[in-house]
Amino acid sequence: METLKAQKKEQQKQTTMRITGAEAIIQCLLAEGVDLIYGYPGGAIMPVYDELYKFQDRLTHILTRHEQGATHAAQGYARVTGKVGVAMATSGPGATNLVTGLADAQIDSTPMVCITGQVPRHLLGSDAFQETDIVGISTPVTKWNYQVTKVEEIPEIIAKAFYIAKSGRPGPVLVDITKNAQFDELDFSYEKCTGVRSYKPVPQPDPQAIEQAAELINKAKKPYIVFGQGVILGEAEAELKALVEKAGIPAAWTILGLSAMETDHPLNVGMVGMHGNYGPNVLTNECDVLVAIGMRFDDRVTGDLNTYAKQAKVIHFDIDPAEINKNVKADVAVLGNAKETLGMLLPLINENKHEAWLAEFEKKHQIEYNELIEKDIHPTKEGLTMGEVIEQINQASGQNAVIVSDVGQHQMIACRYAKFKQTKSNITSGGLGTMGFGLPAAIGAKMGAMDREVVAIIGDGGYQMTIQELGVIFQHNVPVKIVVLNNDHLGMVRQWQELFFDRRYASTVMTNPDFVKIAEGYHIQSRRVTERADLKEAVQEMMASKNPYFLEVKVEKEDNVFPMIPSGASVADIRLK
Amino acid sequence: MEKQWYTISVYSENNVGLLNRISGIFLKRHINIEGLNVSKSEIEHVSKFTIVVYTTEDWTRKIVQQIEKQVEVIKAFYHTDDEIIYQESALFKIASHLLFDERQIQNIIKESNSQIVTVNREFFVLAKTGRRHEIDEMHDALEPYGIMQFVRSGRIAVTKATMPITELLTEFQEN
Ligand SMILES: Cc1ncc(C[n+]2csc(CCOP(=O)(O)OP(=O)(O)O)c2C)c(N)n1
Ligand SMILES: [Mg+2]
Repeated sequence: METLKAQKKEQQKQTTMRITGAEAIIQCLLAEGVDLIYGYPGGAIMPVYDELYKFQDRLTHILTRHEQGATHAAQGYARVTGKVGVAMATSGPGATNLVTGLADAQIDSTPMVCITGQVPRHLLGSDAFQETDIVGISTPVTKWNYQVTKVEEIPEIIAKAFYIAKSGRPGPVLVDITKNAQFDELDFSYEKCTGVRSYKPVPQPDPQAIEQAAELINKAKKPYIVFGQGVILGEAEAELKALVEKAGIPAAWTILGLSAMETDHPLNVGMVGMHGNYGPNVLTNECDVLVAIGMRFDDRVTGDLNTYAKQAKVIHFDIDPAEINKNVKADVAVLGNAKETLGMLLPLINENKHEAWLAEFEKKHQIEYNELIEKDIHPTKEGLTMGEVIEQINQASGQNAVIVSDVGQHQMIACRYAKFKQTKSNITSGGLGTMGFGLPAAIGAKMGAMDREVVAIIGDGGYQMTIQELGVIFQHNVPVKIVVLNNDHLGMVRQWQELFFDRRYASTVMTNPDFVKIAEGYHIQSRRVTERADLKEAVQEMMASKNPYFLEVKVEKEDNVFPMIPSGASVADIRLK
Repeated sequence: MEKQWYTISVYSENNVGLLNRISGIFLKRHINIEGLNVSKSEIEHVSKFTIVVYTTEDWTRKIVQQIEKQVEVIKAFYHTDDEIIYQESALFKIASHLLFDERQIQNIIKESNSQIVTVNREFFVLAKTGRRHEIDEMHDALEPYGIMQFVRSGRIAVTKATMPITELLTEFQEN
């Protein structure tokens, strides 16, 4: 043992090199298997950019047009690949521009490492040019953060950053590196981080809890599964499907769980939450055992907690102990990675079918279909609907595309109607609801999955929040398909104004520019559809294109998204109109 | 649910940013930190935060879960006053002439078991260590005579029951 250690030390000595901190940062990234980063240069990070220039054959840096775009692109990349996304920015305004993306990644558990430059150590605390306390600012929106002020710290801290971002419940990590540490030299060697002593990323599953869960599931007459992103993050899709099929349990998803199970699976009953499906919401209050897997009972999912699933025994599978009993009390809590815990559960589960119970979902689906789905996806009225656009995309893509959405009505419609055959295919800002997420996230998603079609579904409002990222699409010819569903309104807010504020449309009506001309300004092939007759062909043309493509669809200006659970209401009181 | 005093003990790595991270957890939920003490613990390089809050058990449990989730936190616990031995200390600065003008003050000093730390012509300083309500009582007794300065420390506490943390920390020390 001892001699092994000594040998290893000796080897390490031989492999150390005398390099600058800036180069060390690049070497760390390469050692972590990073080949793509998004960022924006500036004074305090220039030494690192100088090294990026030298290493450009091994590490691609994409200059987004705003640092927020860099974070969302890194998130899109992370969500589609399951790897850690990396974003880089300078100090001061560069760093503060990362905050929205950090918050988004934090609440949606996305693995991301952000590296920021900082003023030299001797100027810290002096209100130096572009000094900002980004570690202080980013604390509530990061899983972990750290300021490096000495060059020797770089390898260990970056290794730790990647480990923390990816392990357990993933999240964003920010490493702030003072300029002196970038210029100074160190004897560099890299060792991946395999553990932090105060940090237990994955709790040990308790076999007793799993037995209790199995017993409840086996005895249940009306069991019901609601799954979230934990299934995707834990790569437990196969185990989930096996459980659903073996026990014959209807399963519904949160918007971040979407695509973990193929949409057309007979036991996939749809979406829960504010704009989710009718049956999955109403029947939440009729099931006898609610099995929550890798989801966190967000208020947009549960509505009023005092009337949520009170009749049911709740089994909660999660990797994060802090989620247990946070919003909904669990009768049985199963801690651990979903792949592992579901794997342990499966052999204890009896084969079963719950046909009468499943039929209740089907009945509710028929009501919802007749009442509104049909009108959404096969409308007969004059104006175009968002739903029919998504339906055309489903047909043209064979349900194989990655769908990236922004935030608003179009997002809810995309999540309701987009169909999926593959996991990690629905990328949207769930917990934070960040307008402007869609376009840059689609860039990251496409660069992470070049072999797949990536379609961004964006509203006319959110599009204008990060529209400058068309520059990246043009410069690097990133073949994403951009669909703007233009209703000339901040539609979701307008809907609330219509329903709850007596139609006082305060600042939700927009006079929009010519989006097609803007895309043309970036030399992106583009088209506008205003008539139903042109829609199918336009979508097909877009999907057939090998290049970036911009499609604007002028949709009905004042359509609403239904069903809807008004905020604070019970899931049982979901409105169909 | 009923509010009461809870003492939260946090064992953590020594890190400059951690206090900010922990206080943010309280801030977000509008829960006031009534007392805070940071010291070393029984194990080298492991810090111990002792935080006192007045809130419901439900909130306390949720806060402790969030604290424990932080990467640099080793373990966090909460206890009611019955489950711990705890002390706070306070200093009272009082005008010296009162010692002679107001006979009652001498009684208060005696009865409260406090010590006179220093006396000079202008003022004397009383130090009192005890439970929170004992310090409050002494404060109330002295207040009518005029207190020039008053300060109370954060709480320090140890549990009555043995703590599983000790084994965990020993394990830490070994590797
Ligand atoms: C950055 C940000 N600001 C404000 C909001 C509040 N908000 C939610 S949806 C929405 C309207 C979005 O309009 P648009 O992008 O046109 O999409 P639509 O709802 O019309 O489909 C707004 C303003 C938000 N989610 N994010
Ligand atoms: Mg709109």
